[in-house]
Amino acid sequence: MSEDVKVKVNHMTKQFGDLLVLNDISFDVKKGEFLCVVGPTGCGKTTFLNCLTKLKAYELTKGEILINGEPVDLQKHNIAYIFQEYSSFPWYTVEENIAYGLKVRKRPAAEIKESVEEMLELVGLKEYRKYYPDELSASMLQRVAIARAFAVKPELLLMDEPYGQLDNELRYKLEDELIKLWQRTGTTVIFITHNIEEAVYLSNKILVLTNKPTTIKKEIENTLPRPRDVTDLDFNKLRDEVTDLIKWW
Amino acid sequence: MEQNGQLTPIISMKDVGKIYYSEHNSNEVVKDVSLDVQENEFVVLFGPGQCGKTTLLNLIAGLQLPTSGEVIVDNKKVTAPGPDRGVVYQRTALFPFCTVMGNVEFGPKSQGMDKKSRREKAQYFIDLVGLTGFENQFPNRLSGGMRQRVGIARAYANDPKVMLMDEPFGHLDAQTRYMMEAELEKIWQKEKRTCVFVTNNSEEAVYLADRIIILTNTPTHIREEVEVKLPRPRRYSDPEFLKIRRQIEDICESTL
Repeated sequence: MSEDVKVKVNHMTKQFGDLLVLNDISFDVKKGEFLCVVGPTGCGKTTFLNCLTKLKAYELTKGEILINGEPVDLQKHNIAYIFQEYSSFPWYTVEENIAYGLKVRKRPAAEIKESVEEMLELVGLKEYRKYYPDELSASMLQRVAIARAFAVKPELLLMDEPYGQLDNELRYKLEDELIKLWQRTGTTVIFITHNIEEAVYLSNKILVLTNKPTTIKKEIENTLPRPRDVTDLDFNKLRDEVTDLIKWW
Repeated sequence: MEQNGQLTPIISMKDVGKIYYSEHNSNEVVKDVSLDVQENEFVVLFGPGQCGKTTLLNLIAGLQLPTSGEVIVDNKKVTAPGPDRGVVYQRTALFPFCTVMGNVEFGPKSQGMDKKSRREKAQYFIDLVGLTGFENQFPNRLSGGMRQRVGIARAYANDPKVMLMDEPFGHLDAQTRYMMEAELEKIWQKEKRTCVFVTNNSEEAVYLADRIIILTNTPTHIREEVEVKLPRPRRYSDPEFLKIRRQIEDICESTL
């Protein structure tokens, strides 16, 4: 396997009872790559991501997932996950939420403090450090989740449609923040979305999925220069190309 | 509507202002808005989040009353909500204890229409929004897109002069949203009404509007108007479409 392959998925297949959801999916993600996975609504995108986390209910029916050439092991590999739903702990403040992943990983107190400070600064939540989640807006909650994920300096970040419930204006803002964090940290990101514009805006590479049973329809390299502009012609050409592969409406 | 050879707007807002008062302070949300909407025109109110778009729409609906100025719909001053103005809400405000049919026939029923005619009418609009076969389902059995279709059919069933829509597709996923935007346009072409549609999605605005009213931050007033004369149905990636989209985004940003 070549040096810079971070994640290698071989023949990933997942069946729930008789229902075949993922059908023999193979792909690579390079180190530091920003991979967006798009597909028609209800095609099994979330299952796809959950299988990558190796959660127990998501043991693969067939196939394997390798990180740095080894089978995924949550004890060894530093993987962070950002969910569709806001998943802050309601009984922790903003800063306690951000520190959580570091505490679980038993990092030294000084390092935790420093990381939390850095993250608060980066996502612009310094003034809100003592607030509880139910005192925050939706976009702030998602910022907390992002800060918590980046705080552990993950080697792989899995994101499941984190901005699906935000309005356009906030979505653009958070997408830009995410790109900044990604460029700064060099983390490998797998980002699931149903929003084709979002996929074209964020990614280096787009994986287009089919309807269930899900397979890969096409892998598209996205070399548009950054920062990108959603009203740019080339941008929309790529967006049309992806849309045509997915369109059911 | 024509009067003395001149077009009379169906909606007319004159120097409308809205201030919310609470015990200790006041919050001016809408400031000096004057706007005329012609019959069968599709107008989009476009502006940043929390700028007062919904308040403006509620003032036309009569759900809220202005603190200054007046709103006139169909030559009558708005003092309360009425069946001449159908509203489609952001969160589908369907009656959970009524079937699709029950929700759509609610308006005609409360206006005292007999069962046979109101059923016929409701059925027409259920068919129009593409929900034939779902008449007896309850809202909790429907997807988000389908619920908004019921909301649209229910608003239509009152035969409103004016349709008021408050970000009806804001909570749908992107793909369903494109489908619903295309559907709404088809429905509107078939059953032309005056539409006032609120959104903060520039793409949606350019796709649907005859005219886009760009609003400022609170206290909101009209920043600029942009007419969209592209032929329908429009394409999101058409260079002309993108030009207008960029134009309204730039105007909107410069008001922040």
